[in-house]
Amino acid sequence: MSLLSVRDISVHYGQLAALRGVSISMDEGETLFVTGPNGAGKSTLLKAIAGAVRPSSGSISLADKVISGQPPEQTARLGFSMVPEGRHVFGSLTIEENLRLGTGIRADKDRIEGDLETVYEVFPMLAERKDGQAGVLSGGQQQMLVIGRALMAGPKLIAIDEPSLGLAPKVIDQVYDTLLKLRDSRGLTLLIVEQSSTRAMLTGGRMVLLRGGKIVLEGDARELANDESLRRAYFGFGEH
Amino acid sequence: MTAVLQILFDALAVGSIYALGALGIALIFGVMRLVNFAHGDYIAFCVFAMLVPSTDVVAIVLIGKLPAILLIPIILLIGAVISVLSEMLVFRHLRNANPATMMICSFALGFVIQHVLLMFYSSRPKAINLWSNLSLPVEIFGARIPLLQLLTIIITFVILVALMWFLKRTRYGLEMRAAAEDFTMARMLGVRANRVIMTAFAVSGLLAASIGLILATQTGVADIRMGMPIMLVAFVATVIGGLGSLPGAVICGLLIGAASVLLQVFLPLDARPFRDAFLYSAVILCLLWRPDGIFAPRSAKQRV
Repeated sequence: MSLLSVRDISVHYGQLAALRGVSISMDEGETLFVTGPNGAGKSTLLKAIAGAVRPSSGSISLADKVISGQPPEQTARLGFSMVPEGRHVFGSLTIEENLRLGTGIRADKDRIEGDLETVYEVFPMLAERKDGQAGVLSGGQQQMLVIGRALMAGPKLIAIDEPSLGLAPKVIDQVYDTLLKLRDSRGLTLLIVEQSSTRAMLTGGRMVLLRGGKIVLEGDARELANDESLRRAYFGFGEH
Repeated sequence: MTAVLQILFDALAVGSIYALGALGIALIFGVMRLVNFAHGDYIAFCVFAMLVPSTDVVAIVLIGKLPAILLIPIILLIGAVISVLSEMLVFRHLRNANPATMMICSFALGFVIQHVLLMFYSSRPKAINLWSNLSLPVEIFGARIPLLQLLTIIITFVILVALMWFLKRTRYGLEMRAAAEDFTMARMLGVRANRVIMTAFAVSGLLAASIGLILATQTGVADIRMGMPIMLVAFVATVIGGLGSLPGAVICGLLIGAASVLLQVFLPLDARPFRDAFLYSAVILCLLWRPDGIFAPRSAKQRV
């Protein structure tokens, strides 16, 4: 049984088709990278799953419940936690308020304090400034905060849009180390959007390549690494 | 010295009412980018709710006769209910409309409320006698301050503290602040859009009802247009305070109240009828200096 299944969805912004008939499916505990050039529809795919944009056709289900057409707060309740593009830290809230915001939907209230401690252990920097305003954090710190915030909602599946955008390589390594550790320790399922496929190859897992709103390539990230077809598919060589 | 005190209390009392109004508008704007021009009509509605519908000049008080301990909660409840109802019946269906459309609709709703009142109560202002002993003066350091003025200031202060506590210390407050900053992200973290928006409308309606109670006691008149001037000034206060900033709305509400009292006192006699022209010139200067408002919230600025 797959945890997430996206069946043949299309998304239109006015006349413009951002996704045309995309299908993906994820099992529990799996890591899936969605890569592709600018404007391929990667962020749109995440937003459609989150319920922030409505697909014009197709259906999405999470843990066997149909979520397409549901409002985002409903999808969040089924265990989908999103770290969108641009991070979206609540700058006027304190760091701890940011972390606690997503806990309102949890059924296991007794585990919230323990999870908060875990997040503070993983990101000690957040603990130091927990009562400070989140708006003053640096880009890397904000990235950690939003990952922590997504975890605090107690999700089954975390989707992250470009975790490495605008971060120094060292910080990117740190972010990924943390993500993978958390995945292994809590059986999380990770859906990660990255523009470049390099990170997917380093980390391992399954990868799909989106271009022009369609999936053009799909397979094991490491196997695709040495494959000439990846570069072709990414840039679209040999199609015209 | 006593004259200074007198002016200070005047300024605070006038400013308090504007601050409460501005707060009601800023709360709604924060969560759904709506400038609710019907807010002023909620105020009038709450005042008329105390009276028996009739077209006589002298008002027949109905629930206005109840003891304060019953009357105040009932009027506050009426304010909250009309505000929440207008959300459910009107604004909910416009959530994805552009802000201009929502604003026009709020104007329309305001006129509807006004004309409903007109139908039942006629357009003539009515004398209403609510707690008239509150206008007796009390002496503070030699200045004679009407008790009501003092109460207005205290009530406003209490409301502000209570609201701050609500926003900072409760789950609803946290969700409301988050939604005001980034509505979509808040929803993706499970914050229920309808609940947050309805709470904002309820609180805003409570604020409108408190203004109604204060105004009715102060002026002794119920007029279907009584909320409009307050709404206008309160709206200006939210704009120069930085739309969406709650502290900005409160501070600028107080400032405008203070400025209008000071102008009234210090303008030469011939210029006094034009007080508002001076006041709004100051507003224009203020906006030229800070187009986003004095306390523009971070979310209003473009971030890279």
